[in-house]
Amino acid sequence: MLVGGVDVGSTQTKAVVMDDRRRVLGRSLIDTGGIVTAAAETAFQLAVADAGVERSDVVYVVGTGYGRYRVTFGDTQVTEISCHARGGQYLFPKTRTVLDIGGQDTKAIKIGPEGQVLDFSMNDKCAAGTGRFLGAAAMALDIPLGELGALALAAKNPVKITTTCTVFAETEIINWLARGKKVEDVLMGVHQAIATRSISLLRRVGVEDELTFTGGVTRNIAMVQILGEMLETHLNVSEEAHYMGAIGASLFALEKAMTGAAGAVEAMTVGARLDSARAASGDCEICPELPDRKFSDAQERLAKPSQLIQIGGMREGVKP
Amino acid sequence: MVNQMPNMSVTQAPAPQKEGELVGRGRRDGNRLFKEWYAELDAAAESGDPSAYVFVMGSAAEVLKAFDLNLVFPEINSLQMAVRKVSLEYLNKAEDYGYSTDVCGYVKADVGMHLDGRKHPNGRIPKPSIVVATNMCNTYVKWVEIWQRMYGCKVFVLDIPGQRGIGWSTEPGSEQFENDRRYVQSQLEELIEACVAVTGRPFKIERLQENLAHVNRMAADWSAVLKLNQNIPAPFNAMADGLAYMGVLSAYRGTETGARYMAELREEMEHKVRLGLGTIAEERFRLHGVGPACYSYFRRFLELFQDWGAVYVNSEYLAYAGGGLDLGIQFDVERPLESLAEQLLITGRRSMSNMFFSQDQLADTVRDWKSDGIVYHSVKSCRTVSTGMADSREYLTRIKDVPALFVESDLVDPRLWSEAQFKNRIDAFFEALGARKAAALVAAKG
Repeated sequence: MLVGGVDVGSTQTKAVVMDDRRRVLGRSLIDTGGIVTAAAETAFQLAVADAGVERSDVVYVVGTGYGRYRVTFGDTQVTEISCHARGGQYLFPKTRTVLDIGGQDTKAIKIGPEGQVLDFSMNDKCAAGTGRFLGAAAMALDIPLGELGALALAAKNPVKITTTCTVFAETEIINWLARGKKVEDVLMGVHQAIATRSISLLRRVGVEDELTFTGGVTRNIAMVQILGEMLETHLNVSEEAHYMGAIGASLFALEKAMTGAAGAVEAMTVGARLDSARAASGDCEICPELPDRKFSDAQERLAKPSQLIQIGGMREGVKP
Repeated sequence: MVNQMPNMSVTQAPAPQKEGELVGRGRRDGNRLFKEWYAELDAAAESGDPSAYVFVMGSAAEVLKAFDLNLVFPEINSLQMAVRKVSLEYLNKAEDYGYSTDVCGYVKADVGMHLDGRKHPNGRIPKPSIVVATNMCNTYVKWVEIWQRMYGCKVFVLDIPGQRGIGWSTEPGSEQFENDRRYVQSQLEELIEACVAVTGRPFKIERLQENLAHVNRMAADWSAVLKLNQNIPAPFNAMADGLAYMGVLSAYRGTETGARYMAELREEMEHKVRLGLGTIAEERFRLHGVGPACYSYFRRFLELFQDWGAVYVNSEYLAYAGGGLDLGIQFDVERPLESLAEQLLITGRRSMSNMFFSQDQLADTVRDWKSDGIVYHSVKSCRTVSTGMADSREYLTRIKDVPALFVESDLVDPRLWSEAQFKNRIDAFFEALGARKAAALVAAKG
């Protein structure tokens, strides 16, 4: 049995095809653009092609993200908050806190042992502390988004970005450069500002180990490192983190396809019970809870494994 | 969901002759009374009959109605502008005049209406002859100064002494309470003198006693109506229906009409409880609201919850904006001014202290009304009702294990509403609530 998850975000759309052993067979990532339904359709088609399967074999699709209701071929919708929680717990079973930094949303999610959402907190009315903040910095400095992190890590004397507005941050960046500050020091200031905002959201739900970091900003090596330093804790980060919403959606899709549950909320619990039952029978794909086995076990769960990264602890030389 | 047997006793009222007329009567009569009230205000604007501007918290309506003053509630006016989708043009008028975007939306909508010649979508609003405010909301005190400058009207601020420190005794019977009671009563005596001067009408103590007796009846019935919502399913939605009932409660406080309305509302709710009638087909979730709704998108605000089968069974708004009637306060009509001063102290302090000391009381209410969770709606332009919400939420979720959702928009400013963000949070909240309920069900079955 094959299922799909399509995460239509404000910036990018991600799709995943999963089999009934919960293995990710195919994935895709494209810019959402202006036509949301087309983005969902294209992303799903690409994921199906990447998996090397027939579209008609995918029996159930769950849409998530802000554009979840625009996944016109989807069978149901689940919020990305529930999906990131479920996806985070799937890849790192001892996850109790999820931090997702996306294009214009940052979410701190407290989850239970079965991946259920216990509490969450999000940015409101303001995109400061989100991926868009990094995008504004990249534009102001004319540096590709993918190079920001590595450049920021070269900082020696980070500046303090005090504005809370993404738009005005651009002005502040230019101001610091005009005052002779180095690009890397300004960039580190931007990263620290985002991390501070994200940590504020995390504090509202309470940071409980293990903490799993998801969303597109996980690709930024500096952000992963700074968060680990500021929180003084280990962060679970997977290369699949960008697809976490779509993976979570696929897990819901699988549970719904297997159980026929009427609603996402029922599916969530039924799925958790399936997990427990499989664990008891020894037929469980959830990683054993031993920390030193987490890396390899999580890798085994991906049919097309991508490198899993775990970064944490204090890095010398950069202080928040 | 299977209806449970009512868990609150209901009086054995005779079955109504026309059942269809009883269910929904409170909303229908409420709408009618509301229109009549605005029609009276419109007539007063024409005739120049004296009017008093008052607030929902601590209106002193019992005294003002003893002088047959028309009561104007600026908060209700502003709310109505939002419900009728015209608040933005009034907000813009006030901002064009110089008011900051950060100022209370209620104030700005009201200022815009006054700048527009007091033309309200529900009718014309009379000029104030006297304005009565309390210190229950810090904005009230500055708001009244605007009308004073505009019209040169008499302004009277009732100073209700609040909590002055940890362990401060506010209990009736204590020496401090008695001192405070005398202080408030002396202000009421000054208010009476001011009303005599403004209206040219004599003060008759028996009119005040009559009004207090009406409030006693209203309070007893309103308190009972609120408790009837402890039943499953709840007979009314505290956020939707509750707002309509509150309109009558404020506008007709201390009147025979108001007292009769509340008695009939109680009869309707008891009837619904006997028949197990709720407000939606399947009551899947029961919610407790903290903070008022977003009135600019009121229908949508409610739908986002109702779509999940959720019903607001209680709301803090029904308590603090009801001037203590939720407590079932009873005046001693034989000592009218003393009793009025006592109740103003008790209910005023409760409103003023709510943001700091209400958490345990909130937890008890959630338990008694069998709520599945709390929805905190923070109001962007009102720090008075929004301050402390984050702390309260943290306490309720972490210490009391009560699920809670925090959302923010505004009372009357549609620019602060973002449906995509709102819906996302609400959907996620219900997904989590559903999982929690399902897990509890599984656990209960072993």
